[in-house]
Amino acid sequence: MSPDAHAQQSKPSAHHRLSPARGLDIDPLLDDPGTRIIVCCGSGGVGKTTTAAALGLRAAERGRKVVVLTIDPARRLAQSMGIDSLDNTPRRVKGIDDSGGGELHAMMLDMKRTFDEIVEAHADPERAAAILGNPFYQSLSAGFAGTQEYMAMEKLGQLRAKDEWDLIVVDTPPSRSALDFLDAPKRLGSFLDGKLIRVLLAPAKVGGRAGMKFLNVGMSMMTGALGKLLGGQLLKDVQTFVAAMDSMFGGFRTRADATYKLLQAPGTAFLVVAAPERDALREAAYFVERLAAEDMPLAGLVLNRVHGSGADRLSAERALAAAENLEESRIVDQEDGKAGLRNSPDTYGSSESPASGLADGPASGSVTEATEATEATEATEEGSPATLDPAPAPTTDQLAAGLLRLHADRMQLLSREQRTRDRFTALHPEVAVAEVAALPGDVHDLAGLRDIGDRLAAGRPELPTSGA
Amino acid sequence: MSRLQVVSGKGGTGKTTVAAALALALATEGKRTLLVEVEGRQGIAQLFETEALPYEERKIAVAPGSGEVYALAIDPELALLDYLQMFYKMGGAGRALKKLGAIDFATTIAPGLRDVLLTGKACEAVRRKEKSGRFVYDYVVMDAPPTGRVTRFLNVNDEVAGLAKIGPIHNQAQAVMRVLKSPETAVHLVTLLEEMPVQETADGIAELRAARLPVGRVIVNMVRPQVLDAEELELVRATPRTAIAQSLSAAGLGGARRGGHAERLVTPLLQQAEEYAERYTLEQEQRAVLADLGLPLHELPLLTEGMDLAGLYELATELREQGMT
Repeated sequence: MSPDAHAQQSKPSAHHRLSPARGLDIDPLLDDPGTRIIVCCGSGGVGKTTTAAALGLRAAERGRKVVVLTIDPARRLAQSMGIDSLDNTPRRVKGIDDSGGGELHAMMLDMKRTFDEIVEAHADPERAAAILGNPFYQSLSAGFAGTQEYMAMEKLGQLRAKDEWDLIVVDTPPSRSALDFLDAPKRLGSFLDGKLIRVLLAPAKVGGRAGMKFLNVGMSMMTGALGKLLGGQLLKDVQTFVAAMDSMFGGFRTRADATYKLLQAPGTAFLVVAAPERDALREAAYFVERLAAEDMPLAGLVLNRVHGSGADRLSAERALAAAENLEESRIVDQEDGKAGLRNSPDTYGSSESPASGLADGPASGSVTEATEATEATEATEEGSPATLDPAPAPTTDQLAAGLLRLHADRMQLLSREQRTRDRFTALHPEVAVAEVAALPGDVHDLAGLRDIGDRLAAGRPELPTSGA
Repeated sequence: MSRLQVVSGKGGTGKTTVAAALALALATEGKRTLLVEVEGRQGIAQLFETEALPYEERKIAVAPGSGEVYALAIDPELALLDYLQMFYKMGGAGRALKKLGAIDFATTIAPGLRDVLLTGKACEAVRRKEKSGRFVYDYVVMDAPPTGRVTRFLNVNDEVAGLAKIGPIHNQAQAVMRVLKSPETAVHLVTLLEEMPVQETADGIAELRAARLPVGRVIVNMVRPQVLDAEELELVRATPRTAIAQSLSAAGLGGARRGGHAERLVTPLLQQAEEYAERYTLEQEQRAVLADLGLPLHELPLLTEGMDLAGLYELATELREQGMT
């Protein structure tokens, strides 16, 4: 392979720094008093909860009164915010920098409590007791897939209606498809408007107007079929439940519709969260399309865990070749007890083309290939005394080879991430992107969240060379 | 070897990939496996590089030794109609229910009914026999919901059996639970060597055990190769920068003098080594946590070129070699 082709294929500068149409500026979004709700959505395992918490903290430390609503059953937000238990009420988070006059509150959705509270608030005591004691209700409210989404919407509506906070940051449920969050109000609506409700309510309403008679015959046939399928007791439980809830359904519907409209309003900003992995970005693309179809205001994409390298001009291939070179010469050294062989035509030949690829290294620009080659030769000669000592010399070479292999792994990861990201950008060039540099470990505390917030606001991964 | 292999794991750990590799591994040597998808994401089709799967069992891959992998993406709505027809001869009533919105209600809104259908369908495939009496599928591998939801998902039939105290649903629910709580089933959890997935794995195992569901194995996915060990990392810290620069220079990466190309590589390479060291320590800690769980552990390597079909076969071979089958 010619050095040029080599460089074309593996040099990151040409392809890897393809920028999206625009970067996503987080701070203006957080500072804008017009931003009242930020919804973080994305597939599981991409750092959605952490992103929501980091955004909330940053906004609070920039002077806003923020509440973060999380729906994740693993109490991770609680841990990262240093709160032992998050219950269904927002709790003030201590230890933030409130010099700007901001406040941070956090809460975790308790589905059952939210549901119970709605029942208690909207039904008379007797009816509420009947509902709360109904086995069908107990099962429903305890949180099967689906209920969580309705309750999240309900809670968001409640928080917004309270008007106690000027920014609400919402972490969406870990749904099989997170779009269930958006579908919740509609689905509820179509159910409430549906004939099924009337079928279920039919026994309670038999003997209504004469015109309903024909319909009732059909309906009792249906309840018969349902009874056969569900078993008499369950059908009775369902009917009792639906009858008891009947008076509340209208309220549910109204509130769900209102929350849906709230999500479409200009004060709302959706952030799609992803990691630079194929599946996560495919889900992200799906989200972007769906949000557009629903007229939901998308602010941009937060791309978490992006890797960078301070030496990204040194390609994986060249790093590996250099590592092999070092390891080979080490074997030669051990056999001969001399390092001079490194300058044999063979080894030298393989070191020439890599050097040319470095000619436009970060700070040089004007170093020519010839100087590089000379420099390399001189350096090796300078290096010889050290390598004459049989024990430490091979070790340093071996370690350097290890460093180069680490770098090769990093570069492979980096180019894989970039390819995945570029695919998304090609598909959705209109979406602004904020990249968050990967941390080696997990976030446990406010300092960690603050760090994530800084990285979010920086919008691009901080390179290791800048002294991070 | 359990005939129903349930694969769960935290989001982002690659449970679909592991489920697919396991289905391939189990199919080796003339066996037939069914890979079942329950979350409607068409992840299996993506992995096997085929078009979206319909609600139909369809052969998607062959395994070494003339084994076969079938796949099924369960659509809850169609599964319900299927069910009504199959068990209750209620095809006509089923259509009427659909018109009423009852099917939609059952599959999207009614508590857990969706999960009942999904687990029910998988158990039906486990029990299905040919006329000869041989099982249609030697193994059924389920790409299940994530760890946080899997216990509730698998246990849904217990809940239903409690709600519907008599009738066909009650009987059906109990039949499904008998399969799921027997040694015929094994629930495996996929994790990464990171704190949150490992924590979730530990929590998930506790929940499964409390529900008396059979816990299988823990599969650590995307394990990065060890490039430098703890001792070497120590040595890197102790090595003078100039010596490293000289080695890099000797490897043909430019000058070792201050400002030379090799010299300028030292800082970023050492920085990357520090990050690697930090992650290495975290990974060792997480390995220790996983070892304490007292379950068989398997490790699958990170495929540097990303996941593709060839990679899937590679992982399947790896699972076989590690005795997972």
